[in-house]
Amino acid sequence: MLEYDVKYLKFKTFLNTYCPHCNNSFNVKREGKELLVFKAIFKKQEIELLMSPYLDVFEMEASVPIQDGEKLSDLICPRCKTSLVTKERTCDECGSSVAKLIITAYSKLLPFFICLQHGCEWHGLTKADERIIKLKIPRQEMPAQDQKLRTHNFVEVPYGLTTELALLEAGRCLQCKNPKCVEGCPVNIDIPEFIKLICEEKFDEAAKKIKERNVLPAVCGRVCPQEDQCEQLCILGIKDKPVAIGNLERFVADFERKMDLVKIPLIRKKLNKRIAVVGSGPGGVTVAADLTLLGYAVTIFEALHEPGGVLVYGIPEFRLPKSIVHFELDYLKKLGCKIEMNMVIGNIFTVDELLQNFDAVYIGVGAGLPLFMKIPGENLCNVFSANEYLTRINLMKAYKFPEYDTPLPKGDKVTVIGGGNVAMDCARNALRTGANEVTIVYRRSRKELPARNEEIHHAEEEGIKFKLLTSPISFAGNDNNWVKGMECVRMELGEPDDSGRRRPIVIKDSNFFIESDLIVVAIGNGPNPIIFSTTPDVKLNKWGYIEVNPETMETSKEFVYAGGDIVTGSATVIQAMGAGRTAANAIHKKLSSTK
Amino acid sequence: MYEIVQKQEMAKGTIIRFDINAPKIAAKIKPGQFVIVRVNETGERIPLTVADVDRFSGTITIIFQVVGKSTALMRSLNAGDFLKDVVGPLGKEAPTTKLGTIIVVGGGTGIAILHHLTKALKEAGNFIIGIIGAREKEMLILEEEMRLLCDELIVTTDDGSYGMQGFVTQPLEKYLGERHDIKEVYAIGPIIMMKNICTLTKKYNIKTMVSLNPIMIDGTGMCGGCRVTVGNKTKFCCVDGPDFDGHEVDFEELEKRNSMYLKDEKDALLFSIK
Repeated sequence: MLEYDVKYLKFKTFLNTYCPHCNNSFNVKREGKELLVFKAIFKKQEIELLMSPYLDVFEMEASVPIQDGEKLSDLICPRCKTSLVTKERTCDECGSSVAKLIITAYSKLLPFFICLQHGCEWHGLTKADERIIKLKIPRQEMPAQDQKLRTHNFVEVPYGLTTELALLEAGRCLQCKNPKCVEGCPVNIDIPEFIKLICEEKFDEAAKKIKERNVLPAVCGRVCPQEDQCEQLCILGIKDKPVAIGNLERFVADFERKMDLVKIPLIRKKLNKRIAVVGSGPGGVTVAADLTLLGYAVTIFEALHEPGGVLVYGIPEFRLPKSIVHFELDYLKKLGCKIEMNMVIGNIFTVDELLQNFDAVYIGVGAGLPLFMKIPGENLCNVFSANEYLTRINLMKAYKFPEYDTPLPKGDKVTVIGGGNVAMDCARNALRTGANEVTIVYRRSRKELPARNEEIHHAEEEGIKFKLLTSPISFAGNDNNWVKGMECVRMELGEPDDSGRRRPIVIKDSNFFIESDLIVVAIGNGPNPIIFSTTPDVKLNKWGYIEVNPETMETSKEFVYAGGDIVTGSATVIQAMGAGRTAANAIHKKLSSTK
Repeated sequence: MYEIVQKQEMAKGTIIRFDINAPKIAAKIKPGQFVIVRVNETGERIPLTVADVDRFSGTITIIFQVVGKSTALMRSLNAGDFLKDVVGPLGKEAPTTKLGTIIVVGGGTGIAILHHLTKALKEAGNFIIGIIGAREKEMLILEEEMRLLCDELIVTTDDGSYGMQGFVTQPLEKYLGERHDIKEVYAIGPIIMMKNICTLTKKYNIKTMVSLNPIMIDGTGMCGGCRVTVGNKTKFCCVDGPDFDGHEVDFEELEKRNSMYLKDEKDALLFSIK
């Protein structure tokens, strides 16, 4: 049934219809209204039948009253008087005979069928034709803020899809029977189903569908690397661009929020069990939401003064507005989950102390200490870790200094070392806080840049320069100990290393100097030692991250689970959420079996 | 929200003492550890080492000097007012074992931190010689409290208005020269003071612990703003410190890093006056 269903072709709601025999159009304008006019035989009587050319108000009107369920015995072209009824197929819904018309779509003429039973809304194309139409709709781009303008403000760069664009984009989905996209999603959102609901303009239901699997749709729609996950596996991507799943996710989440349609589900079953979650980043929030919905009493402990983890201190305002993070966390609080701020677990409570009051503990403390390059001059003034630079601007709102008290790091010529998303964020922040020239220095080539394509694209659009195959060897300072530049060497790519990326090799005597008065080191993070200093019995791997059973995310200490960057090292928001989901399921399973 | 239960103005109102109701922190905090305070929604995160703890009433004592916009704002608060955020304990506990005779040296608001530490050193059974200094008599804080804890106490003022005239290094040098049973020196105060003391104790080869106060944001190791060079290695003051072996610390670098935002601090103050 689904395969003939063109409800998803809302974009083409207005039908231009023709008679397959005489090629005359059925479209007529009457009293300012577009109508399709046919002759029909009803109860052995010839009548005039009017039909709307809009698919979403698919209805018949006749010169005599017709009740729902009554069938027309024939449909005739008013010009050539030929019967339009065909024996090629019957209605998929009621089995009645159908009439065949010709419609135009993308300058093609395609056969189109309508059911002769009044009240039945079935209409269809052949499956092959439907595919042609869907493949012809190009991927819809999100409207974005002007590239010159946006480098002077912190307003979000992409505006999001409009309803029209979202409907068009959703119409592209083929509704595969074995959807590959779902496999690509770390939290297995039912992607075809939510897109189908968008096509039916049930945006709030679509949002609800996503929320069954993902508590942070507005966040994930913005920051997930969809091109490496769901969209990478989309069938449309083979010949064309994949469906913009992330943009659609963002659209429905924004719609639900803006229209105030968010409903708090009632949790009927209350379990007498308590869960402590350490860290309110994306992973912790997922664990908390899943277990709260199952009836557990969950408390999140956050070290900073604001919940959200990397979503508030790391990802910039213009990429993820903080009001959205607050909104999504509010939802969690309304579900009944407690969030305690200013709690540095390891110091104020040890994990063992938490286990005395809670049945299980989830550690999702995220990335820890920023890595430095361990080269001379790294502690000069105005050399920052990406964490400090971003935290000052995002969490402490230094870009609003002096209204906010935290001073803003300033530079005219800013250099960012590293090629990941964090490096892009730093560079774009620098541009927005008054830098004249921003350069990204990365030791491999463009192909190996670990940042998302979208981020690289945005950075380039804004005028950020890339110095690739370049690696700093020392920082130089002036008499006052302020950085004035860095000595670099050029690199070339050698054989692939363990990670499969080609290893950069120094080119001899290629030293050169880059002038810069603010340098940000964005080369990643190591694990944070605070929680382990008082919990020696959680086993760590050789890099100092927590070792877990990947099936359950349980650590070597019973009832203690962990996930996200503290297990994997720097990764993505949705991967942390995926780990959170796995842990939540495992915790529920374990606590249900132990009484 | 954390209530200020008591406020005391010291040193002509330039140094303020708050007793803050924070029972969870009070139950856990050890000498040498610090807290981070945020006054209001637009405030910065201010690291302050705790001067005293009252486990019974669940309060912690912080003593701070009014130097910029944020501390001026803090001064304007009174008993019964609330601080938006207080997070702690942060940093490592200072080592406070029984060693024998120990000299503790404090300058300015550094005496506040020293007080909490001295208490623990005393409890551990050490013989304590205290040297505390200030610019002038009115600027001296916690003299009575220190006198109770120290077996001997020397007070110095730069202008000679009280106690000995001169810097804390002078009586320290005298002690180091006369007594040979000094096991360790603790020095807490302005960077220049700690630097001079370390130069002095290096001569006598006596281990010297200092408490550093670099620029800091989160205080949990995440930002790396507080990095200091100790023994030619970069350390994060918030998780590796704040107490370090003073003979290894690169004080010049710390001094310059700490002056990074002097201009911004002035701007902020001017902005708030307008």
